[in-house]
Amino acid sequence: MHFNDGLAQLAPLSIAIPIVVACVMLSIGQRAPRVVVDTVAVAGATTVVGLDAALFAGSGGRVINWVANWLPGGGHPVGIVLVVDRIGAGVALLAAILMLLALIYSARYFESADAHFQCLMLLFLAGMNGFALTGDLFDMFVFFELMGAAAYALTGFKVEDRSALQGALNFGIVNSLGAYITLMGIGLMYARTSQLGLAQIGANLDHQRPNALIVVAFIFIMTGWLVKAAAVPFHFWLDDAHAAAPTPVCVLFSGVMVELGLYGVLRVYWTSFAGVIPASDMRRAFIVLGAVTALVGSVMCLAQRHLKRLLAFSTIAHMGLFMCAAGTMDASGTTGAAVYVAGHAGAKCALFLLAGMVLNRYGSVDEAALHGKARDARVPATLFAIASLALAGLPPFATGLGKAIGEDALSADGYWFGPVLFVAVSAMTGGAALRAGGRIFLGLGPRPRQTEDSAAEEETPETTQRFGRRSASLVGPIIALIAGCLALGLAPSSIHAIGGGATRLIDHAGYLAETLRHAHPTVAHDPTAIDWTTTGVVLGLVSALLAVGVAATGWYAEAVRRRLRSVLAPFQRGLSGMRALHSGHVGDYVAWLMVGVVVLGALVGLPLR
Amino acid sequence: MSYYGYFVAGAIMLTGAVGIARSRNLVHAVVCLSVSQAGTYVLLLSIGYQRHAAAPVFGSTIKPSTKVVDPVVQALCLTDIVVSATVTALLLALSLQIAKHHGTTDPDELSALRG
Repeated sequence: MHFNDGLAQLAPLSIAIPIVVACVMLSIGQRAPRVVVDTVAVAGATTVVGLDAALFAGSGGRVINWVANWLPGGGHPVGIVLVVDRIGAGVALLAAILMLLALIYSARYFESADAHFQCLMLLFLAGMNGFALTGDLFDMFVFFELMGAAAYALTGFKVEDRSALQGALNFGIVNSLGAYITLMGIGLMYARTSQLGLAQIGANLDHQRPNALIVVAFIFIMTGWLVKAAAVPFHFWLDDAHAAAPTPVCVLFSGVMVELGLYGVLRVYWTSFAGVIPASDMRRAFIVLGAVTALVGSVMCLAQRHLKRLLAFSTIAHMGLFMCAAGTMDASGTTGAAVYVAGHAGAKCALFLLAGMVLNRYGSVDEAALHGKARDARVPATLFAIASLALAGLPPFATGLGKAIGEDALSADGYWFGPVLFVAVSAMTGGAALRAGGRIFLGLGPRPRQTEDSAAEEETPETTQRFGRRSASLVGPIIALIAGCLALGLAPSSIHAIGGGATRLIDHAGYLAETLRHAHPTVAHDPTAIDWTTTGVVLGLVSALLAVGVAATGWYAEAVRRRLRSVLAPFQRGLSGMRALHSGHVGDYVAWLMVGVVVLGALVGLPLR
Repeated sequence: MSYYGYFVAGAIMLTGAVGIARSRNLVHAVVCLSVSQAGTYVLLLSIGYQRHAAAPVFGSTIKPSTKVVDPVVQALCLTDIVVSATVTALLLALSLQIAKHHGTTDPDELSALRG
């Protein structure tokens, strides 16, 4: 018996501790000085980092905790289980690390005397940890909603900011509706199998024919997770929420919360449904959705001038790439997606924190309004350039490695367009970030004309005071994020751990055997040779070069664009059509969500007939 | 076994979603979200329902051998209600703030966010 041993006891603690610390802070927040509140919050997050790191290091097999020793069968008909494997522990660890850095960054952010911000952040962390570590479908829904409620409140934290309020409301309504559709799916699954545990459902469904009820339940469950994962056409809330949320919150949204949606999809599919819905069927759905998401995200990213919204669309584009990589439904593709997620968190979160610094210093995040304003800021400029190139997949950053593994996996499965898509999307998103950075920090190219739509967008300051130029609590987390992204890419041996984790994530039979029958874990063998390949390095360099090209086109091609106006007109019209779809109108978003459910149903369900 | 409850649940869920899509008032939209969620209550309860079965509270009149409806879905439903109370309160508070700062609660007139 290897469940409920020493290590397994850490799993519930990593969910309980942030909740307890949040309650403590709520009670002392009124009286304690600000520095005490920040210290307690950072200490709480540090503890969770330690717990998750121990789980990550120790979860070579699966760490299983039947909470309070309520085992199914042993006199109790029901029991709640936490099942920690390396990908689950890894995502939880990523969430805890980003939370720690965001809390350090925001230590001087909000002047309010009470501890509401830190409190919500820790509850948010508890929700993310619970979602990543649980082995129970209904618990996934509960933690999804805990994470959601904290996230809506954090988005609208600046209650005097008009766009933050609208963003939070759109986010809240669209995500909640997605979650309720998921709950319907969970209900249907319970009606079918009388089980709520992922493993129990999996055991019940194995070797069945995929009938209509199973497929409908599956689609419904996927809907909530895909709303979180920002797959087109469920993605509309993301750019609104990211553009409006306080910067430290954006770090958690972009770096890990959205990725948790994809984790939920993979976890539920591989554990519960892999025996009944064939992987080839999922592969088709994943790659279609992923490719469309990547294209829409990167085109919209290029069209933005609001820095945070630009980064938000780049997150959508990268989610599409992660979905394509994981959509190969094999160990190497899943490994690629996991490495890419870790590297992307480093690069993207660094860019968000830099955007926050710019906002603090110059009171705007509009790249046109800021043209050449930040020429004196050398350190942020350098960091911005490095992080943008890392986002474009420049070797030896971990983004480049994840991209290379994903490209290999896709072309090995016969998707020739995989590498093309990856290079194009990396170049467009990295190039858009470089273009904005070059304009803001170096004043490159002519000053873009102010248009009504960007001029109308006013920005509420997130902070009441301007920070010192090289405040360590601001620059420190940014350097840590970039260094982490670099270190992960330079040490492929440490990535073998992730590769082993990916093998286990997609190991349906092993999960069931260990969780339900307490079988001994099978020895995890290294699935793929994970290292830089020549092709990977070359494609990484190509996409970084193309990104510079994209940026330079943005800086200097205004005159060319004017001359080619007649040729470009149809594209312009298409682009403005696509921009008009992102209307900020919650009713439109809900209508698209319903369309998405139907499309998903058609993608997964029709080929099974 | 009757499918009636399932159809009612689906219809309520869809009604709520259409309500949000066509809403001209944010408070109305948040209430429509609650309507959608009521669909999940009906679904969960109809899954656990049995004809002529008692409530799952064992005591002097209801022995453990008596036929009762499924208590698990009732527990799920209760959790769901707690979740919805939180989310609805939060969204209504946001609507209130929007009314204060935007001067309108019509989603068609909110203009702070454009693609």
